[in-house]
Amino acid sequence: MATETDTTNIDARRLVHRLPDDVLLHGGIVFSILLMASPLLLAVIMSTQSTTEVYQVTNLGLGSKGLSNYSDALVNYDFSTYMLNSFVMSVIVVVGKVTLSLFAALALVYYRFPYERAVFMFILLTLLLPVPVRIVPLFQLMADLGWTNSLLALTGPYIASATAVFLFRQQFMGISASLVEVARLDGVGPLTFLFRVLIPMSRGMIAGVCVITFIYTWNQFLWPLVVVTDKSSQVVQVGIRYLQGSAQAGLTQWGLIMAGAVLALLPPLVVLVVLHRPLLRTLTIQQK
Amino acid sequence: MSDITIQNLRKTYDDVRAVKGIDLEIDDGEFLVVVGPSGCGKSTTLRMLAGLESVTDGSIAIGDRVVNEVPPKDRRIAMVFQNYALYPHMTAAENMKFGMKSASEFSRDEIERRVEDATETLDIAHLRDRKPKELSGGERQRVAIGRALVREPDVFLMDEPLSNLDAKLRVQMRAELLKLHRDLETTTVYVTHDQTEAMTLGDRVAVLEDGRLQQVAAPQELYDYPTNQFVAGFVGEPAMNFIPASVRQRGDEHVATAPGLSLTLPAGSGLDGIDDDGLTLGVRPEDVSLVSNRAGVSESFTAEVTVTEPLGELLLLHCRLGDEEIRVKVEPRSRIAAGDTVELAVDTDRLHLFDSDGDAVYHSSVPEQETESALAD
Repeated sequence: MATETDTTNIDARRLVHRLPDDVLLHGGIVFSILLMASPLLLAVIMSTQSTTEVYQVTNLGLGSKGLSNYSDALVNYDFSTYMLNSFVMSVIVVVGKVTLSLFAALALVYYRFPYERAVFMFILLTLLLPVPVRIVPLFQLMADLGWTNSLLALTGPYIASATAVFLFRQQFMGISASLVEVARLDGVGPLTFLFRVLIPMSRGMIAGVCVITFIYTWNQFLWPLVVVTDKSSQVVQVGIRYLQGSAQAGLTQWGLIMAGAVLALLPPLVVLVVLHRPLLRTLTIQQK
Repeated sequence: MSDITIQNLRKTYDDVRAVKGIDLEIDDGEFLVVVGPSGCGKSTTLRMLAGLESVTDGSIAIGDRVVNEVPPKDRRIAMVFQNYALYPHMTAAENMKFGMKSASEFSRDEIERRVEDATETLDIAHLRDRKPKELSGGERQRVAIGRALVREPDVFLMDEPLSNLDAKLRVQMRAELLKLHRDLETTTVYVTHDQTEAMTLGDRVAVLEDGRLQQVAAPQELYDYPTNQFVAGFVGEPAMNFIPASVRQRGDEHVATAPGLSLTLPAGSGLDGIDDDGLTLGVRPEDVSLVSNRAGVSESFTAEVTVTEPLGELLLLHCRLGDEEIRVKVEPRSRIAAGDTVELAVDTDRLHLFDSDGDAVYHSSVPEQETESALAD
């Protein structure tokens, strides 16, 4: 009996003692989360508001328009087309980049050829020249090839990727040499080895690279803006920019733009949520 | 026929000479163990046999076919690796089938039958559908051996297959490997750094050091008649005692002397004409004993005990003799403590003499089957 009272007393004291610390800590956490999420939250709120409501700065409640901004964007402003274009572009880039990088890594790790290191260094060197840096000569090239306004122009410059080659190379080098030797002893060919051993063993890394690539490609703005002039071939990020141009009575329709932005956010979010585990493993920040 | 003939085999990496000319004949159905310290070239030799490394010079023949340029898959060999080398994303059965399925003309039924046989032989039928990470070390190695079995090879190559297992399991797997070899009678080349494994498994043992073959012999012969000081020191646990000594001829007898020690050598092989300083006397720890436990000892010597190691079945003494430390195996439960002085004697039938190059010049007993020839080279 006496012990029981003692424990409760101690618990109570501990609670009183602990409370201020925890409140402060949790308060801080909640505040920083809100701060970081505020642009997104504001976008979601504004996407439901009418233009006049958006301009009332203190109006932070859900607006009068409900989901009509969304249907407006999708139906009247061709957002469904832009999103489909973005999706096709992203999928092609993901598939192309992963395939090409897997073969490149296979060659780099399992084949001996002259100037192997130099080739790898050259591949890494291309990291210094991303698409925006090369945009002028690249546009010239596309124009010369007659590829402008086409899917080829949208996806081509993104297919070769030093990052993906590097990640797959590291992954393959981590695979025990004796597995390769067993395959050699059995006479397993390089392609069988790639598809039956390397790819199944690298599933996590491949999924991770897919997520990164998908989001990266989906978010491309500058290159599509430059190389695609035909609206029906345009992608969603540029589509948001188009919405900005459709002012009504001199007022930018922020509600509509925010609805477009939230729509553009959804596919990468879905991919991220579905494949977040392999992505974390790829970035090796997986919590134990 | 699957005997193996290795002639003047060499391997050079850039400017490192890993294997410096090996000549070796391995009989059909023999279990040959290649043993040596790490970096002696034993794994390189095995990998050249497998075709995983190119041959710099010399030749390897399996049966009557020189295989230097034959790709690994056509050599009719199967290899077992130290780290098992199982594909982590495949079940045990898939691991065994993969190589055969993807690279050979075997029918589905044939593969199925062979896997069936192998799993039965190795008693792993119940593990067929498990992935490597669901298997223990011993089970994984069994699956890896199973994968080698299904190839029905002419030659098994094993690269330290038991090194990753714990001590108890290793002893058990050793016995199973022996049984397996007795059943299949497939030529086997087994590489290890563990001299106990070499002694227990091999029909013959090849000792390799610094890229050169030191001696090839049956385990007991290797133990009793090492051809040089390296083999003498490498085989046996604890290692043979080496005492710098000089040998003088006194009338008909040869007497070896070292600080604190004087021994009359029995007339064994190769003693004629030895009258030299700078020799090394070799005697194994179990061939030295306490005088009190022996009858009719003529020559004894005293040494001071520095350390005692009770090993259960025996007591190992480290003793100071002159400037040298020698190890002596005595009866367990002997009442001896560090600091005691003990009177010791050696078994004069088990003495070895090595010259300054490390070559054996004298064994105090003579091999039964061969006399002079064992020491000729």
